[in-house]
Amino acid sequence: MSNKDIKKATRHVNQNEGLIFERSSPGKKGYRLPPLDVPEVDYRKALGGAARQDLGNMPEVSEMEIIRHFTRISTWNYAIDLGMYPLGSCTMKYNARVNEVVARLNGLAEVHPYQPEKISQGALRIMKALADCLLDITGMEAITLQPAAGAHGEMTGILLLHAYLRAQGNPRKKILIPDSAHGTNPATAAICGYAVENLKSNSHGMVDISALAAQMNDDVAGLMLTNPNTLGIFEQEIAKIAEILHQKGGLLYMDGANMNALVGKTRPGDFGVDVMHLNLHKTFSTPHGGGGPGSGPVACKKALEPFLPKPVIVEKPDGMLGFDYNRPQSVGRVRMFYGNFGMHVRALAYIMANGYDGLRQTTEDAVLNANYIRKKLEQDYELPYKSASMHEVVFSDRIQAQKGVKTGDIAKRLIDYGFHPYTVSFPLVVPGALMIEPTESESVEELDLFVDAMKAIAREAEEDPDLIRSAPHSTRVSRLDETAAARKPVLRWRPAQAKSANE
Amino acid sequence: MRYLPKSPADREQMLREIGCKSIDDLFAPIPAEYRLKRDLKVPRQMAESEVVDYFRERAEANAAGYAVFLGAGAYHHYRPVVIDALISRGEFFTAYTPYQAEIAQGTLQAIFEFQTMICELTGMEVANASMYDGSTGAAEALLMACRVTGRKSAVVAKSAHPEYREVIRTYTQHQGLPIAECGFLENGRVDAGELEKKISDETACVLIQSPNFFGTIEDVAGVAELAHKKGALLVVSIAEALSLGIVKPPAEADIVSMEAQSFGVPLGFGGPYAGVLATKEKFVRQMPGRLVGEARDKDGRRGFVLTLSTREQHIRREKATSNICTNQALIATMATIYMTIYGREGLKELAAQNLAKAAYAAGEFAKKGKLLFQGAPRFNEFVVQTKEDPHNINSRLLEKRIVGGFPLSKFYPELGNAALWCCTELNPKEQIDEAVKAVGQ
Repeated sequence: MSNKDIKKATRHVNQNEGLIFERSSPGKKGYRLPPLDVPEVDYRKALGGAARQDLGNMPEVSEMEIIRHFTRISTWNYAIDLGMYPLGSCTMKYNARVNEVVARLNGLAEVHPYQPEKISQGALRIMKALADCLLDITGMEAITLQPAAGAHGEMTGILLLHAYLRAQGNPRKKILIPDSAHGTNPATAAICGYAVENLKSNSHGMVDISALAAQMNDDVAGLMLTNPNTLGIFEQEIAKIAEILHQKGGLLYMDGANMNALVGKTRPGDFGVDVMHLNLHKTFSTPHGGGGPGSGPVACKKALEPFLPKPVIVEKPDGMLGFDYNRPQSVGRVRMFYGNFGMHVRALAYIMANGYDGLRQTTEDAVLNANYIRKKLEQDYELPYKSASMHEVVFSDRIQAQKGVKTGDIAKRLIDYGFHPYTVSFPLVVPGALMIEPTESESVEELDLFVDAMKAIAREAEEDPDLIRSAPHSTRVSRLDETAAARKPVLRWRPAQAKSANE
Repeated sequence: MRYLPKSPADREQMLREIGCKSIDDLFAPIPAEYRLKRDLKVPRQMAESEVVDYFRERAEANAAGYAVFLGAGAYHHYRPVVIDALISRGEFFTAYTPYQAEIAQGTLQAIFEFQTMICELTGMEVANASMYDGSTGAAEALLMACRVTGRKSAVVAKSAHPEYREVIRTYTQHQGLPIAECGFLENGRVDAGELEKKISDETACVLIQSPNFFGTIEDVAGVAELAHKKGALLVVSIAEALSLGIVKPPAEADIVSMEAQSFGVPLGFGGPYAGVLATKEKFVRQMPGRLVGEARDKDGRRGFVLTLSTREQHIRREKATSNICTNQALIATMATIYMTIYGREGLKELAAQNLAKAAYAAGEFAKKGKLLFQGAPRFNEFVVQTKEDPHNINSRLLEKRIVGGFPLSKFYPELGNAALWCCTELNPKEQIDEAVKAVGQ
């Protein structure tokens, strides 16, 4: 195995650890409760037939073992704190520590959502401040912070669209979605009762305007567009796209996943978008947490404002903020309470730490970084679309595939070089796609290490393709058999499986 | 800006290597008329100390240190410090979704443990990796029941959380799915007679919450029989997860939708929380959300992977079981650590303390007002009806830095001057006594 080209990572002694149930023993305790200061209750008498017999195989371990267990397994993870994630459209940027500190302040972390508004002014003020910032950033006129994630925001946005059109007389039947769209887009449209119609991209990787004009009619409620799109390309004819839709009474929905290319430089509300969602866990740095929590605020133009989920935040005559539930045209709640408030806090802290100049610089660095990578790798990997890249660039594995090396293999070999893979095989319009978004959080040094790694792998594809196809070689587990896992799913531990993990 | 790891010289060098004169060249694709020519209307760049000050001031205006007697879907339990110590590790909270299994075994194993513990607690065979929260989980469970049975209507108990029911309506409004509601009896439980009449051959599922919104534990077995008799599924929604420490799990259910917030998740003014769906193995392919499964590598080493992905949006797009992508993984990890800390004995002991506190409080409040919904077992919440409007009572309590029970007139006007009170292990006896005294004034 040729390791001499690998500069970013080295193999190192790494702790083994089984499942927590494999550590469990009756009588071990990880807790202690203070004594009860009210009379004890015989739960069997109190609950009768509703009393629980026992808690089965719930673990019994000590605090020391809990710390060891979770610390050890955490060291098996890659994370932003360790290095770059070149994942396209994920915007894996620095998760600032001050965001974690402020989110944990007692008055923000420990307050019940139903406590009186009189003593919740701090939280309401934070939500309003964030809302105001996001409105100016997006160029929109109304906003909800309720949705819990991007897909949830998409659903909310399409519900708004539906409600608006129904109030106009006809909710219509179809939503147009580009073939380059993220899977959540069509899944969302289906939940909202719309049929999905595919919209082709042109040879420049942008929306085919004549196709759009041909497909736009009174049955089409709107277009779900990501801009820049999933190829990292800005839809230069966005004004024409909006016009075609609006002329026939349709609306333009924008998936805001790629806002990291736009913040402070342009605003969707200015270029014709009617409703959009944001991903606070992408553009606004709230942490990914291994798969959430996220937050997906939805911003819209005034015409859609009456339909926003309830409650909305209002300022009362005495200057106090409150929740207004009197919203007869609202599409309804999309979740209980008010949204992922903890993420609102973090996103606002991010905006404040940056300020308007920091946000603009962030966007510029994000686009600069992506273009740097594009320039450095365009001789080694095929660039299927030559249009200018914004904050992300999409290559294909066409050159390497000639040696039997696919994008998925290159991604696995990149792991040996100390990086997390880029987004593999997406967008679908590029066969064998490598979708790369470095974000602004990467230094020249980290970018150069990435470029060197990708160049080395391209060389390896020529000289030793098997090395790549059998990668990764340096991880605790090598490629796992996902096919077998899906065929006979084992989705929980059982006591009979007490045999060792065969390390 | 201190988060950006570049010097001006770095930027200049990079632009040179790209062949650009200035950064503006890279923004040329944006049509000139849409390029922003002013600064964003957001605050100026702040020092870290200024950011902390800002939020500290907001936190102070957001009273903390009050005695809290609120439940109603969000529960005030002690959070062991070990939870934040662990999930604040960058390897957990700054990690991505574990699609690349080889370098995400930490996240994947934690979720596999979560799924296992949820199964143990709920009496179900398989659990997913989390939903956004209990309310959206309930809505998704209902939609799942429709897919499983091929039927297109549902009956939902009025004693289920009102906001959960609102979310269910939002999710089903464009699916051609009529939702019938079923009332409750004087003992707080769902009206079985009314329920039986409302379940038909077109009913995909009955949805109840247990303990329900009033704190009353439902007759899960009885409701299951009524549902199953007509070929409908039973969905049981659980808002107070700690109840599972001492209350019989809803093993007769077909789908359980649980809110995990009680398990070490901060109240946080309503979020982030974490829902989870659990069900029988035979229904797993219709279950939305991520699933972690065991797998082996070529040397037979055990590892974990995301599995059964053909259910999900990134594979099936418009035919997916749900559009959910990002879920609540870090919150689920908090819950996993909490469940591990308390474990088999601790969850029971803690639940017993909650039961005792609420029983004591209910007994005392009964001397000052009318305790509703007697005749069925409760966990840690109860409803008190008073002559005085609960809003006035609460204003009086607020002056003593006590947040009183949740007035029910907003959601259940038929109950008059009633309020929902919750007592957990964090309500000392003196505090309960003080609240009772103030109610009686």
